[in-house]
Amino acid sequence: MDSTAFVNSLREALPDVQFEHVPSVDLHPTVCIAPDAVPAAMPVLRQHADLRFAFLADLTAVDFWPREPRFEVVYMLVSIEHRQRLRVRVRLHGDDPHVATVSGVWPAANWLEREVWDLFGIAFDAHPDPRRLLMPEDWEGYPLRKDYPVQIHMRPHIAEPMQVTAEEFRSSVARDRLVRKQ
Amino acid sequence: MGFDADIPVLTTTVEKMVQWARRSSIWPVTFGLACCAIEMMAMSCGRYDIARFGAEVFRGSPRQSDLMIVAGRLSRKMAPALRRIYDQMPEPKWVISMGACASIGGVFDNYAIVQGVDQVVPVDVYVPGCPPRPESLIYGIVQLQRKISQQKLA
Repeated sequence: MDSTAFVNSLREALPDVQFEHVPSVDLHPTVCIAPDAVPAAMPVLRQHADLRFAFLADLTAVDFWPREPRFEVVYMLVSIEHRQRLRVRVRLHGDDPHVATVSGVWPAANWLEREVWDLFGIAFDAHPDPRRLLMPEDWEGYPLRKDYPVQIHMRPHIAEPMQVTAEEFRSSVARDRLVRKQ
Repeated sequence: MGFDADIPVLTTTVEKMVQWARRSSIWPVTFGLACCAIEMMAMSCGRYDIARFGAEVFRGSPRQSDLMIVAGRLSRKMAPALRRIYDQMPEPKWVISMGACASIGGVFDNYAIVQGVDQVVPVDVYVPGCPPRPESLIYGIVQLQRKISQQKLA
C-alpha cells in the first residue's frame, strides 16, 4: 500500500482526527496530528483491527528553534501484524511545551518520554514517573535544546549523600511498586 | 644499604624499605571509564605486561588498591561516584589521569564532561594521548614509581 492510500485508511479509522500527510525522505508514511488528538488517536492506532501498531519503536523529539511551533515529538510505530510502519509527529509551541503521555498505551514510552523531558523539557501530562532519566536530578536546563549553552563550564559536584534518608527510601520503594503494578 | 660479608644481613633505613615496598607493589583499582580503559587492559595483559613493574594486580575492591587510573572521560554525573571510590581507597594512594579527556576534557568541551579530573581528585601523574598507548601508561607508572620512591615518611 502506498503511503497516500494508507493515510486515507487512517482517516477512515479515525474520522475525528485531522491527519496531515507530511512528505518524508524515507518511504515511511508520516502524519502530523494536533497535540489535543494524542489521547484519542494513540489507543486506536494500537487497537484498531486494521492498524494494530503494537510496537512503539521510538519516541523522540526535534527542536526547530527559532521556528515556531518549535518542537516536534516523533512517534515511530510498527504494526508487526500488518507489516506497516507509521511516523506520527506532534508540533508543540516553545512556551510551555506539553503533550499527553502515551505510556498507558505503550509501556515502552515511559523511559522514552522521561528522556525527552530530560533533554528537551517537553512535559508529558499524567506521566506516572516524571523524573529526569540521564542528567543529574538537580540539573538546570534542557541540554538538547538548540539554544542551550553547550560549552558552559561548572564546578562538578564531588560529593553526594552516602545514604538515602528514610523518607527517600520509602518513597523510592513506593514508586517502584507503582511502576510494577502498571 | 650496607652488606656485611660475615652475617647474611642487609642493612637499610625504614624509609628506603617502605619506599621500595610501596613502589614495587602498586595495585590499581579495576576502574575504566571509556576507551582509555581498553589500552589500560592491554597494558596489564601479556604483550605489554605491567607485572614487570609490580603493578599487575588489578583489584576488584578499592579497599585493596592504592592506585586509581582514571581511564577515560569523566561525566559530571559520574564525578561523585569516582570521588567515593577514591575516598574508599586506603592511604597511601595515588591517581594517574590517563589521556586527554581525563586530564583536560579532551574533545568533549561541553556541559556533561568534567574538564579535568583534578577538579575531583588530586592527580599525581598526567599521561597524555588520545588514547595513550600502553607504553605511555607504563611510562606514567614508572614516573609514579619514581615519585613514590622520593616520598618521605614524615
